[in-house]
Amino acid sequence: MSKTNMTRRGVLKTGAIAGAGVALPTIFTASSAAAYTNEPTGSSVTLGFNVPQTGPYADEGADELRAYQLAVEHLNGEGDGGMMNTFSSKELQGNGILGKKVEFVTGDTQTKSDAARASAKSMIEKDGAVMITGGSSSGVAIAVQGLCQEAGVIFMAGLTHSNDTTGKDKKANGFRHFFNGYMSGAALAPVLQNLYGSDRNAYHLTADYTWGWTQEESIKAATEALGWNTVNAVKTPLAATDFSSYIAPVLNSGADVLVLNHYGGNMVNSLTNAVQFGLRDKVVNGKNFEIVVPLYSRLMAKGAGENVKGIHGSTNWHWSLQDDASKAFVKSFGTKYGFPPSQAAHTVYCQTLLYADAATRAGTFNPCGIAEALEGFEFDGLGNGPTLYRAEDHQCFKDVLVVRGKENPTSEFDLLEVVEVTPAAQVTYAPDHPMFAGGALGECNPGA
Amino acid sequence: MDAIILQILNGLDKGSAYALIALGLTLIFGTLGVVNFAHGALFMIGAFCAVTLSKILNLSFETVDASQTDFLGNPLKVKTPYVMEWFGPETGAAIIDWSVPLAILFSIPIMVAFGFIMERGLIKHFYKREHADQILVTFGLAIVLQEVVKYFFGANPIPTGAPDVFKGSFDFGVMLGFDPNAIIYPYWRLVYFGFSALVIGGVFAFLQFTTFGMVVRAGMADRETVGLLGINIDRRFTIMFGIAAAVAGVAGVMYAPINSPNYHMGMDFLVLSFVVVVVGGMGSLPGAVLAGFLLGILESFASMNFVKELIPGIDQIIIYVVAIIILLTRPRGLMGRKGVMEE
Repeated sequence: MSKTNMTRRGVLKTGAIAGAGVALPTIFTASSAAAYTNEPTGSSVTLGFNVPQTGPYADEGADELRAYQLAVEHLNGEGDGGMMNTFSSKELQGNGILGKKVEFVTGDTQTKSDAARASAKSMIEKDGAVMITGGSSSGVAIAVQGLCQEAGVIFMAGLTHSNDTTGKDKKANGFRHFFNGYMSGAALAPVLQNLYGSDRNAYHLTADYTWGWTQEESIKAATEALGWNTVNAVKTPLAATDFSSYIAPVLNSGADVLVLNHYGGNMVNSLTNAVQFGLRDKVVNGKNFEIVVPLYSRLMAKGAGENVKGIHGSTNWHWSLQDDASKAFVKSFGTKYGFPPSQAAHTVYCQTLLYADAATRAGTFNPCGIAEALEGFEFDGLGNGPTLYRAEDHQCFKDVLVVRGKENPTSEFDLLEVVEVTPAAQVTYAPDHPMFAGGALGECNPGA
Repeated sequence: MDAIILQILNGLDKGSAYALIALGLTLIFGTLGVVNFAHGALFMIGAFCAVTLSKILNLSFETVDASQTDFLGNPLKVKTPYVMEWFGPETGAAIIDWSVPLAILFSIPIMVAFGFIMERGLIKHFYKREHADQILVTFGLAIVLQEVVKYFFGANPIPTGAPDVFKGSFDFGVMLGFDPNAIIYPYWRLVYFGFSALVIGGVFAFLQFTTFGMVVRAGMADRETVGLLGINIDRRFTIMFGIAAAVAGVAGVMYAPINSPNYHMGMDFLVLSFVVVVVGGMGSLPGAVLAGFLLGILESFASMNFVKELIPGIDQIIIYVVAIIILLTRPRGLMGRKGVMEE
């Protein structure tokens, strides 16, 4: 029988030496090789798709994920290439990004800021994601954008419409392709003026969070500039499901237009309630009562059924557009999945291609190199006409669509029709516009 | 004055839904002593019975219309529901139009059967366990049920309209001599209120005027003694569970046209319904109904603009504030029986 002489000091010494030995290679790699967070060293590069897979926006998240998978296929040279064939930049060759095969991991935002940050963090730290993208809510986008800035990875925002995402909460590592509340107001106002005149009294119902506030502010400013009067603007709880008690007093307020600054389930229910209360059949101040939904989503419009008929709003993109890029994307997506893509699918597909193209042009996955390549980048052929990724705030400036709920849809997808394509110049604002004031991009953070 | 009447009316339909769910909750608690957190899910499943029947009635065959194209440019496949083919376009369209009222008949056997399976298969194993265990298992069941519904129906709301004849609204204010547009009320909400009153009246009559109801009431008061008299009270209580599930189910069916059903709608009502039960008094059926309408109306008043200006955010907390006040001043609830949930 052997006897071991284990002492406390001996165990500590051995542990310290072993620990230093294990840590040594990591220390060397960290200090010498990695110039930025999650620099890809193998033959592949990992992107992190952070979308709502559970919770009320899960269907929108599922559509985003479909578009991401399609984008990855196209980047890796599979499928028909989709909008890579129409994209004005011809850097992407279908051989991955910088010759590395594109792989991806997914996270579930649950449309909750803390869950979204946790899943993004996990994809960055555990899966080595070099870029995070996705989301279907401004609250989530702003939270994840902040995290990516700290972690030193690029954040390519998904569906986020709050002015704040590229306004007071903008970050050097964050980029938004989707349009915003200001742009909705600027695009809608002239159409509303043509349709309903300059002498109108508007009543706003607004979801009580960042997106709702900035959209209300934007639409109020745009319509008041036309000469409209804002009778009242009432905040409604995000968790509200029945809006009857908010809608019932509208008719008696003297208002002749109801603006619903709601999205998702809120929009479906408030619009349904408003139509139930017969608002659209009423004549107030000698004019037909009208309802406006500034931010439309086809997926959400489906939930409101025939109540969307004849109601105007704005959208980032619609599958019925007839430009070559949109047709190529609809064909590619529709052939693979059997139905046309949503605007959420379109924006995230574009963001993935834009990221890949920027990395290729920069010749690096370094977030600072990619940011530099995206800043001031002008492109076309992604379904929105000529577009600028503005350097000052990382916001895309492109045409905005004004749409109307279709009176006689021919299919379950045929819910909206494009009324007007508002040119980018009309929705462009100065980088220091008061609605976007406060906050600064700061310096790009490569992490590591 | 017109604004007050308007909010009372608004509160009535919200209160109707609270009262119907709370009634079912109280029936289950009063008979089986189980705190059923899956009751909101039963309301949701009821609404999805309406969605399912509407989908069944809309089952279609496809014919190709070469004169139109789909989104990919292929000839458009036009869908025609089988019911229109079988019964003719007019009768077929009328059947589809009336799918929500028809879903009441469709949902009752489904909900009763669902209630039986739920009680016999799961809940009965928790009768002798702590209330905390019952809450955990029923809450877990609610989450499972809503995820199953989401798997089959998706996360987006599904529009399920009322029959055309009940669409739109009427000017109640003019009837009372107010200005036009002062009090507008949708027809279907009035139908919902009337339907709720009918169901609540039916449940009370059933308990009050039938032998079965008498035994159940006796069992609620003293289960042991009724059992000693040789009456199989357990079987009757199982039936009551089925009835409570059916009440929640039909409440959900009729609610479908008010707000498009989604998988989460049960949870939205569940917490409020529990507050209703507690305010009404645990185990008290009239208390549940009274508190349902009372809290529905108070919630409507709290969302009036001048009230919100006075106390910002009151519309989100009013129900809980009232619950705290009532429980502080009258811990047993409005009509709670002595000894229920008391040591």
